[in-house]
Amino acid sequence: MKPKLNASNVVAALMCAALILLPVYSAATGNIFILTLFTRITIFALAAASLNLIMGYGGMMSFGHAAYLGIGGYAVGILAAEGIGSGFIQWPVALVVSALFALLIGSLSLRTRGVYFIMITLAFAQMAYYVASALSRYGGDDGLTVYKRSDFAGLINLSDRTQFYYLCLGCLFGGLYLIWRIVNSRFGLVVQGVRSNEQRMQAIGFHANRYRLVCFVIAGTICGLAGALLANNTDFVSPAVMYWTRSGDLMVMVILGGMGSLFGPVIGAIVYLLLEELLSQFTEFSGLILGPVLLLIVLFARGGIMGLLGRMRRG
Amino acid sequence: MYLVVEQLLNGLQFGLLLFLLAAGLTLVFGIMDFVNLAHGSLYMMGAYFAATFVAWTGSFVLGALLALGATLLLGIALEYVALRHLYGRDHLDQVLATFGLILFFNDAVRLIWGPAGLALPLPAWLTVPVQIIPGVYYPAYRLMIIVVALAVAAMLYLVVMRTRVGMLIRAGASNREMIGALGINIKLLFTLVFGLGAALAGLAGLMQAPILTVQIGMGENILILAFVIIVIGGIGSIRGAFMAALFVGIIDTMGRAFLPDLLRKVLSGAAASTAAPALSSMLIYLLMAIILVLRPEGLFPAAKR
Repeated sequence: MKPKLNASNVVAALMCAALILLPVYSAATGNIFILTLFTRITIFALAAASLNLIMGYGGMMSFGHAAYLGIGGYAVGILAAEGIGSGFIQWPVALVVSALFALLIGSLSLRTRGVYFIMITLAFAQMAYYVASALSRYGGDDGLTVYKRSDFAGLINLSDRTQFYYLCLGCLFGGLYLIWRIVNSRFGLVVQGVRSNEQRMQAIGFHANRYRLVCFVIAGTICGLAGALLANNTDFVSPAVMYWTRSGDLMVMVILGGMGSLFGPVIGAIVYLLLEELLSQFTEFSGLILGPVLLLIVLFARGGIMGLLGRMRRG
Repeated sequence: MYLVVEQLLNGLQFGLLLFLLAAGLTLVFGIMDFVNLAHGSLYMMGAYFAATFVAWTGSFVLGALLALGATLLLGIALEYVALRHLYGRDHLDQVLATFGLILFFNDAVRLIWGPAGLALPLPAWLTVPVQIIPGVYYPAYRLMIIVVALAVAAMLYLVVMRTRVGMLIRAGASNREMIGALGINIKLLFTLVFGLGAALAGLAGLMQAPILTVQIGMGENILILAFVIIVIGGIGSIRGAFMAALFVGIIDTMGRAFLPDLLRKVLSGAAASTAAPALSSMLIYLLMAIILVLRPEGLFPAAKR
């Protein structure tokens, strides 16, 4: 499959190049801030991309996706607090626990549809939020400080800004590649088929919910990885990372960038977090501008930024 | 025993308050098929308006009435300027747009009223405890909330079930296009319903204000509870919302009051004191998850379209 030369692909390619070259720029200008900002952005982009897998391709509107950020983060934080600093243990645990959580809530939630699905995923995320708040041994409401970043036996040093950035970027590109492969596989086509017409897929013999559930678990696992990265990035994990407004942020990134397009969530995460950052430098009241901007995007730019780019090509 | 009565009343009061919030949400949801996350912001605005107007007029009742009117107008303006263009759109678009409105309202409030919370003092005649049954005293203000909310619920029932406007609202809930085709000014009806929902949210906010502090983000937690209620009750059903609101209010309050003691009997002291707060906060969500797993359309689903 040869990629077409159109506006969306050019933007995506330029964006990837810029992300790869960013540490060079940062080192040349001595601008460390931009590197730490973009480390955060790549982590959220990975989380948003995983949400896009179920929301954009699978038609499952999960409003509790931030739960995995917290679960992945707490897996790292709790193991670190208990003296297990090795990333070779921490990260697999983060992924497995996220996958199990996704399996549990997915198998229950997928019995419902539409708004009910939105609400039940939200309910499960809120439960995870309250469980984390009650972990008094691990900081409870105040959160848990991660004193030492995951240790990969000298393979990579997570405390080095540039190395950590490239690790996050590598995870993002790896995640995107995985999603791309999934979406274009037989499995992915079935999931997308179920999104467009469930009854028809059932009728030709596909067990729709089983495909949905597997997709849901994959997305949760990828987001758990983002959670492990996030805990390492902030050296801290707290229940707030699972609060429903965080899930809302992730949804906003996906819709803003363009649902159901591979690079849409990445662009969405970049634009949303940059906008937030820029506005907060001008004014304390960034929501006064960010809020109406979101409203205007919904009203006038359907399909998000990728949708806009797609229309540009057609003129 | 007295404690149980008191907590039951607290639960009833909280449930009725939640009903006011959920009723507007379920009407807007049922009739316009519109997911309004900004409903919690209207609740918050009701509380801020009340705090301002009460301080300004010096009278609690007058201030509350003014705040109610202000929230009604705000709701109508919001619907007219922005939200009416989102009917018939994807639920996700609506979630995104109204999420933006939450950000806007939170910062607008911070700009106007400052980041610190406000207090809404009660007039003296509402602070005295009232003896409800011999030996049991209950705060007059909470009693008033129960009475007002019950009256509003009864009025809502009468309006929806016994008046022409109510008939149109119910007709709109079962088939939007059809009542439009029958020559009803559906835009006006929608604006009216939205304004009504906003006023109910404002009423809930201003009544809750003296009990809690008036602060930014106060609408967010309770908004989720209101969503839980309409999902449990069945979307679009006012009766369902009423039952579910009482159910949630009472279970939540009773859970918070008695769960710690109950757990302490079963578990060791340390384990119980860790588990109790989490479990009582989770109780509602647990309940909703169970109900949705067993009855994916809620307990009292509105008539099928």
